[in-house]
Amino acid sequence: MHYSPQPLHIPDGFLSLTVSLICWALTAVTISVAVSRTNKSLGEKQVPLMGVMAAFIFAAQMINFPVAGGTSGHLLGGALAAIMLGPWASMLVMTAVIAVQALLFQDGGLLVMGANILNMGLVTVAIGYGLYRGVAGGNRTLKLAVAGIAAWLSVMAGALFTSFQLWLSGTSQLQVVIPAMLIVHALIGLGESVITVAALSFVLQTRPDLLGENSDSAKGSRGWIIAGIAVSLIVVLLSPLASANPDGLNRVAADLGFINAAQSGTGPLAGYTVPFFADASASKIVAGAIGAVVVLALAVFAGRTLQKKSTIDNRKS
Amino acid sequence: MHFDAFDRYHDTESFVHRLDPRVKVLVTVAFILSNALLPDGAWMAFGFSWSFLLFVNALSNLGVAFTFKRSFVALPFALVAITVLFSIPGQPLSTFHFLMWDFTITDMGLLRFVSILIRSWLSVQMAILLVATARFPDIVHALEHLRVPSILTTIIAFLYRYLFVLVDEVFRLLRARESRSAAAPGTRSGGSVAWRAGVAGNMAGQLFLRSYERSDRVYNAMLARGYTGHLNTMNPHELHRVDYVTTALALVVILLLQLVGRL
Repeated sequence: MHYSPQPLHIPDGFLSLTVSLICWALTAVTISVAVSRTNKSLGEKQVPLMGVMAAFIFAAQMINFPVAGGTSGHLLGGALAAIMLGPWASMLVMTAVIAVQALLFQDGGLLVMGANILNMGLVTVAIGYGLYRGVAGGNRTLKLAVAGIAAWLSVMAGALFTSFQLWLSGTSQLQVVIPAMLIVHALIGLGESVITVAALSFVLQTRPDLLGENSDSAKGSRGWIIAGIAVSLIVVLLSPLASANPDGLNRVAADLGFINAAQSGTGPLAGYTVPFFADASASKIVAGAIGAVVVLALAVFAGRTLQKKSTIDNRKS
Repeated sequence: MHFDAFDRYHDTESFVHRLDPRVKVLVTVAFILSNALLPDGAWMAFGFSWSFLLFVNALSNLGVAFTFKRSFVALPFALVAITVLFSIPGQPLSTFHFLMWDFTITDMGLLRFVSILIRSWLSVQMAILLVATARFPDIVHALEHLRVPSILTTIIAFLYRYLFVLVDEVFRLLRARESRSAAAPGTRSGGSVAWRAGVAGNMAGQLFLRSYERSDRVYNAMLARGYTGHLNTMNPHELHRVDYVTTALALVVILLLQLVGRL
């Protein structure tokens, strides 16, 4: 069976342990919120639907179209899934897709799966759903336009997050990886955008009930709009900043104890050691652990408030 | 297409095949974790890790070249690590001129680059061994035993079960597009790139509807067969003494690998 590996799927070995574990923590927290939310809101009928939808995303990624010079574009699917299935369900669906790609096809690693799910399954859904939800009441043209923008941004966000993880792991240099990844994915994102818009308009034409007022996709709370806009803003603001001023970011990361100063290429060369996180001094490990705990606490807090808000919203509707 | 068209399981009889899938999942993750923990340039430990891998390979009766042949899937990704060759300060090894820049490869950069590649290469091979020696449904079941939320494992199980149906559907859509896109030799059929992407999008929409409606029929068929919201298995999945002993031994070996890497 032909299966072509895709960009953005980070294999094992390319991320440091600290970065992998922090990403896993973030992903695990988000997924557990998604699990509890879907367990509460979905009937048993919904589970086979989500399973078949996961297979749909997987299979839809095989629909490619020739671009130029033997390359072809195809779908990532995060934004499309989010718009069609609603936020929490599509996060689980994307997680299942990425897990199977890693387990079955070794497309993406196991230890770095947390990062891959974060980049391709959670960030893409937050942007795709958040932006679309903001205009869900609008007319058809507006909805399609916003879906297209959201699809493009979601690919860019995935690329940006991947670049950051690679840089924090000391695998790539920021001033190279950010422009390279963003330029390539600006093009890939265009394909994603056109496919998403076309697929969405097809469904809106043939089965508008699936995307109507009472559908799964309309059940997400308004908090998602804020989340989507926030993540989009991060991407829009951070990309030019990171491209224009990589040295500043390197310094920040070095100051936070995230990255070896010598490795970032800005610190003094004296006292240089082999840059490897696990071998770093105990203080760095402790700093990393504290950072992970803080991030985890923030994520739990955000998840809680989001959950409360959406239950209130659900009661209202 | 048959339902297990995607499974990379390799049907033979061996010690590793008989082990409980939980053991295999645990040891695989521990091995990959150990690779990530090994410092750059721990050649001895990398060598021993590879020997451990070859040993497991031999125990699984797949032939020594089995994982080797499939081990280069992650190699294209090495492109993203190429900058470490030049960016890490150290003794210059060689300098070359490209366009308007001078690139200097340093010994520390080379050390890190090769270490990243080896870690990735070893990890991929262990993951290949895992799927070659355990059936995918068994791996999913092992994940459930290992406290992965059951809604996720159920989605994964459904994904695996219906993937081949939908891929067949994709092939029908692709064949239909081929048939519509006839062109005289030397001329191009179809419109611009945007038009082609739009056609692909319509196909994705079509696939979505067919999948959505199929999931209804799937659910009804499952209800008729006594589905209660939980997937059951005929395989008992009991841990025997040999499973415990193997896990313990494998973990001890992996700990020793870490010791060797830090000497």
